Amino acid sequence: MDFMTILQLLDSTIRLATPLLLACIAGLFSERAGIFDIGLEGKMLAAAFFSAAIAFSTGNVWIGLLAGTAASVVLSLLHGLASITFRGNQLISGVAINFLAAGLTVVIAQTWFSQGGRTPPLTGAARFNEIVLPGAAARIRDIAQQGPLGQIYSELISGHSILVYISLLIVPLSWWVLYRTRFGLRLRAVGENPGAVDTAGISVVALRYAAVMICGVLCGLAGAYLATGLSAGFVKDMSAGRGFIALAALIFAKWRPWYALYACLLFGLLDAVGNRFQNIEIFAVTVPVQFMQALPYILTVVILAGFVGRAIPPRAGGEPYVKER
Amino acid sequence: MDKMPRWADVILIPLFSVVLALIASGAVVAFIGENPLEAMAIMVRGAFGNAYGWGYTLFYATNFIFTGLAVAVAFHARLFNIGGEGQAALGGLGVALAALYIPWPHWTLALIGCTLAAAILGAAWAAIPAYLQARRGSHIVITTIMFNFIAAALLVYLLVNVFRVEGSMAPETARFPAATHLPNASQFAGFLGFGRSTPLNVSFFVAIAACVAVWLLIWRTRLGYEIRAFGHSETAAVYAGISPIRITMVAMLISGGLSGMMAINGTQGEAERLVIDAVQGAGFVGIAVALMGRSHPIGVFLAALLFGALYQGGAELEFEMPAISREMIVVIQALVILFTGALDNMVRMPMERLFLALRPKARS
Repeated sequence: MDFMTILQLLDSTIRLATPLLLACIAGLFSERAGIFDIGLEGKMLAAAFFSAAIAFSTGNVWIGLLAGTAASVVLSLLHGLASITFRGNQLISGVAINFLAAGLTVVIAQTWFSQGGRTPPLTGAARFNEIVLPGAAARIRDIAQQGPLGQIYSELISGHSILVYISLLIVPLSWWVLYRTRFGLRLRAVGENPGAVDTAGISVVALRYAAVMICGVLCGLAGAYLATGLSAGFVKDMSAGRGFIALAALIFAKWRPWYALYACLLFGLLDAVGNRFQNIEIFAVTVPVQFMQALPYILTVVILAGFVGRAIPPRAGGEPYVKER
Repeated sequence: MDKMPRWADVILIPLFSVVLALIASGAVVAFIGENPLEAMAIMVRGAFGNAYGWGYTLFYATNFIFTGLAVAVAFHARLFNIGGEGQAALGGLGVALAALYIPWPHWTLALIGCTLAAAILGAAWAAIPAYLQARRGSHIVITTIMFNFIAAALLVYLLVNVFRVEGSMAPETARFPAATHLPNASQFAGFLGFGRSTPLNVSFFVAIAACVAVWLLIWRTRLGYEIRAFGHSETAAVYAGISPIRITMVAMLISGGLSGMMAINGTQGEAERLVIDAVQGAGFVGIAVALMGRSHPIGVFLAALLFGALYQGGAELEFEMPAISREMIVVIQALVILFTGALDNMVRMPMERLFLALRPKARS
């Protein structure tokens, strides 16, 4: 494997890690506030569809992004309504949201575009195109001419869509919000001991709704990136379990932003390796392509099995808060 | 003291939630520009209008009884098994192995053998997530979902590389031997008008037997009592000497086994070979069925019947109203899960208030 191949592998690692990272941070805000959210998958899917559909109709990807985020936030509010206001089971609500998104996106896509549940391919300003940073080469032939440092800059650092850079900025931002602001302190407290927060005269319900809304916005970005950045259009079930992998990454990261970045990069690398090497021969045994495709899911189970140290979730997670009467 | 009479809790609230879910589904149909009442009429006619419709409705219902019971048993132990899809896929593998490699003399023996093989492989697929939940505390919801994806990849690999018939392009096994073919409804109930090609087969009676068996298990045996006790309060169960690890394992194994048994209906009874993606979402429908049926076998049976009708009626609907795609069923399923499961309190709270208001004044 030469240097350029490694760079290309790392380059697609970053691309594939981006939706995971955004969804993972989304889950982080929600779960740190004590609301389990297995509906990340559905919210991403809904955002992917609406961003692609609106971007296609208007020809402007930013309006698409807005629409996708709005769809995701609506589902978040539904989750909030079920799990905060009506104190329902958060897991069941998440499952319902996943199915709702899986069904509605295809039903609406079919009546809207009549292309078997997909949107037409997006071109030009209807999708997030790659940004070439100043001084970087864009064409592969030019990149191959450069020295190692230039290659790293041109191939790995430059040439991603704006959402990739935004997602990388969101990591320090989330860290700062969670650990350096009053809002973050309260958010973490409400996931550990909502009774104490309530006693201090702060609304548990409002804090949790705020967390769920942030989760919705970030899932919206993740979904929009899937449909308008990573690929060019929506196809049925395009989130392909990424929401669940993001949850596994969140557990792996023990609900901390920086570790979430590392965990998502790991899953992204796995995905990139699986995509690039369809058939790997190890000791004269050919590893089937299906195994490579299943690898992220297998790794998720291995991580959840706790072979990487014990992960302790926020203590009040999954429990509806009932004010004393 | 109960706030509501029991009949309101077990009948009125689920019924009310389902009606809300159907109204919401109707709103979706209206939103995409079709007439919801007309769509409803087409679905009811398609599902119950003739013997052909009934055959498919009961065929689908058979699948959903198995997966619904599977989710229900796990619910009693307060475990959320979303892995029905993968467990049923492995059950299909069990049926294929048993039917292809064992020379059965008669279909009755083949049915018993294939049911056992399906249950064993389904249970085996549930065993790893169960063990990880019991011993290492890994979240069973996420691990069972992951096992669905892994099962799908495994089945594709096996069907493409191992079981595919020489010279055939289709990723499916060879046709099972004639001795394993199950009698379908035209053979045992032809007088009711079932045609020769109806998919309904004797597995339907196995499903009913499974309902009875689950009822006996949960409410009439020591193990069932332990499962329910564990589900109500883990600490109390531990204090009573019930091992959480054992109950988690046993409940999940039974659950996985029931999911796996679904395969005798579609794989042995209808297709008579193992095809790719044989489960077709039935594992997920089980969640809605169990929630709607309040985890009781009778409720599961009725809910499975409703979803069977939705599936068959939905197929007719897609035929007559091409604007409505088949995924509309997934939407209805999601809304049923939402209203009967997550938004349960939305119906329950006002209902409780109503019954409190109606209650005769206490005789003090």
